[in-house]
Amino acid sequence: MNGIWSRIRHTRVGRSIFRSGGGDNNLHRSLAIQQNVFLHLASVKIRRPALDFGVTWYLGTLSAASFAILVITGVLLMLYYHPSVPQAYADMKDLQFVVSAGVFLRNLHRWAAHAMVVLVFAHMFKVFYRGAYRPPREFNWVIGVMLLLLTLLLSYTGYLLPWDQLAFWAITVGTNILSAVPAMGAKIRFLMLGGHTVNANALLRFYVLHCVILPLIAAVFLAVHFWRIRKDGGLYTGPQATGGKPHE
Amino acid sequence: MPADVTNTGTACPQCNRRRFTNLGLGSIAVASVGSAIFGYEFLTPNVLYEPSPIVDAGRPERYPAGSVTPDTQNGLYIVHGPEGIYALSAVCTHLGCVTAWRPELDLIACPCHGSKFHIDGVKIEGPAPRPLPWLKAWLDDEGNLLVDRSEVLTRKQFVRVLA
Repeated sequence: MNGIWSRIRHTRVGRSIFRSGGGDNNLHRSLAIQQNVFLHLASVKIRRPALDFGVTWYLGTLSAASFAILVITGVLLMLYYHPSVPQAYADMKDLQFVVSAGVFLRNLHRWAAHAMVVLVFAHMFKVFYRGAYRPPREFNWVIGVMLLLLTLLLSYTGYLLPWDQLAFWAITVGTNILSAVPAMGAKIRFLMLGGHTVNANALLRFYVLHCVILPLIAAVFLAVHFWRIRKDGGLYTGPQATGGKPHE
Repeated sequence: MPADVTNTGTACPQCNRRRFTNLGLGSIAVASVGSAIFGYEFLTPNVLYEPSPIVDAGRPERYPAGSVTPDTQNGLYIVHGPEGIYALSAVCTHLGCVTAWRPELDLIACPCHGSKFHIDGVKIEGPAPRPLPWLKAWLDDEGNLLVDRSEVLTRKQFVRVLA
């Protein structure tokens, strides 16, 4: 298997795709990471302690994995969902009772969403209590806070889409809290709902926010978040890695 | 090289790098303001396909003396008290839930966060910051009771139908 892969890598087509070619030494290994647009976000080298369960409990990876599950199941759900009144509710019922594997995808999306909120919070606490936010990682903490907010906003905008009683009143209450913002609260609420009440415009706006705008922003922040782990010297594995002193 | 001697051509003697940069930044600033206004205008709907704030509550005789009639669809109560008929908003002033008339308790209760109101809208308890507003109610030419949900009365007014 390894031989076949190596041979493909060394053909003209293989070399045009994977410019680093093959090879068993460290230079080739690091080039393979650096010259790949996806892999270059990660470090070319990882210290073995960074892979220990106790260091991270893998919470960041698990958060990212739940995001991936949400993107895949979400795109599939979009194929059967019309963001219109009252069709949205009927589509959700169809997903539950008519569409093959619909109830599985919907529940997977829902539980992954709950899991992502829990995991992101747990990840934040783990980073905080281990002191992994300290220099030079301060700004990655800030990006993490942005990602927490995006997670909550994605969760909230998705809440309206089933268009049932729970969704309607949750968004009514939530956007009324929004209107408590001084001076421009009512205006923000109006722009967010596209009207004075939670109605067809609000459903469409929340749909676009949930399925396009917020995931795109989250993906950009995720890329920066991962890339900065590499730039900040890999995962924080504890004070012993820097001789008892925080990274400077 | 100083900024003002970068121009070597003769076609535009007053051109230099600083002028070019300022022109560019100025254009971007104007475009940003324009985009902000454009974005705000675009996101504000000019036509709203929302239900009319004016509700036709039908013949006033439908509401006998001493009755409280909830209209959950339109979020209001038609109350026929001793002084006459009035319309009370059923939308909680806390966070916008529709309240429920509880005849066994003789009060209005909000299911979301527990605010309670008297039937004249005055708050008894709970997080609601203001009493339930009185809505403008009147009889049209055919004698039907109309309620304007967008018009809040600042002082009490009653509709009385002379027999």
